[in-house]
Amino acid sequence: MSTSNLKQILADGAWRQNTGLVVLLGLCPLLAVTNTLVNGLALGLATMLTLMVSNLSVSVMRGLLKPEIRIPAFVLIIASVVTVIELLMHAYFYDLFRVLGIFIPLIVTNCAIIGRAEAFASRNSPLPSLMDGFATGLGFCITLVLLGALRELTGRGTLFSGADMLLGDWGRHLSLTVIPEHPGFLLAMLPPGAFLGLALLIAARNAWEARKLDTPTSPITTLIPGTHET
Amino acid sequence: MSNDSHPIIRSSLLLGLIALLGTALLAGVNELTHERIIEQEKLRILQQLNEIVPGTSFNNDLLEDTIEINDETYFRHPAPVKVYRARMDNQPVAVLMTIIAPDGYNGDIRLLTGISASGEVLGVRVVSHRETPGLGDPIEIEKSNWILGFNNRSLQNPETDGWAVKRDGGQFDQFTGATVSPRAVVKAVHNTLLYFEANKQSLFDTPALSESAKTAGENEH
Repeated sequence: MSTSNLKQILADGAWRQNTGLVVLLGLCPLLAVTNTLVNGLALGLATMLTLMVSNLSVSVMRGLLKPEIRIPAFVLIIASVVTVIELLMHAYFYDLFRVLGIFIPLIVTNCAIIGRAEAFASRNSPLPSLMDGFATGLGFCITLVLLGALRELTGRGTLFSGADMLLGDWGRHLSLTVIPEHPGFLLAMLPPGAFLGLALLIAARNAWEARKLDTPTSPITTLIPGTHET
Repeated sequence: MSNDSHPIIRSSLLLGLIALLGTALLAGVNELTHERIIEQEKLRILQQLNEIVPGTSFNNDLLEDTIEINDETYFRHPAPVKVYRARMDNQPVAVLMTIIAPDGYNGDIRLLTGISASGEVLGVRVVSHRETPGLGDPIEIEKSNWILGFNNRSLQNPETDGWAVKRDGGQFDQFTGATVSPRAVVKAVHNTLLYFEANKQSLFDTPALSESAKTAGENEH
């Protein structure tokens, strides 16, 4: 496996086919938990870990998985991985577990995970599959973090609040009050804020891509945003 | 092997094997994390309790010395109320009760209320609620100090008429745009005090759940 190929996978997963902003999969957790940056980061990391382990397992077993049992096997693998992550979080990141609660087991229902197992890991060798899981997870995680930061900043005027839940006591020092005496902007904290925030992020990404297309010297000319949707 | 002629059997076996591996993995991780999870949950409850009754004021095992009571005339909710009892050298110090205010704006508000043996409120905390964010949620300690207004209150402070929000002629603040949530909390705390006054003796004297369970277990043998 050449490095350029791995780079290609990374760019595809994290940017060109970004789960949150381009493929628009897994929106339920994405919209639900991103009221703060730390919540978004935690769910993003858990999803990334799930993607990597499930992609790797599926890829290792791909020779054994006949087409007719492929889907139930994926479901079994993904469900096991997610439950293990849930148990570990419950034991070692208890406060975070309480905040994210139901959305950890709901990672199972994130179509992006079974989608990557089907579209990539079942057809590729372990290393690229692991890379694909990492890249897709990274893209999803970045989206969650950006949306979380956007909503936390506009809704509460803080950033990294609750970082101690993820990082232990020293995370408390990370918590920033960017806008002191912020009165609280309810719209950003409630579900409509999630939709609006996501729309803004998608618009920003599309604008970025469109600008690149307009530049004749751009090396990437085949890219038209939105054509990757399935 | 004749497996190739029976693709269904082969596939089923393979699927079974994956399920078995998954189960084994989960069982292993569960075994590893089980004790720590229980410990974390206990710690969490203890932290909540200690916020109201400082750990230095009692020396019994708070989490073991519990009873459950059920009195819908006071608590207006069918769910049993869990009572943690704090004692110092077997002398009653305080009770901590998990009560539910059923008349929040958006359903149940779960509260933890601490009452000292002399009948004073040591503190109240909201454990969970679904009140409107921004309007009803200043009942949370994270959002405002309102809930601390119950500290040191008792049935005589204020008298019965004062146990209401200001709009209803009482002594407790309501929030701008939200009267229902504070009203529900005030009423629930007041009822808890009334129950405590009427049942003080039995609250402290009833044998703890774990002990009565132990005795019941022994009797069966």
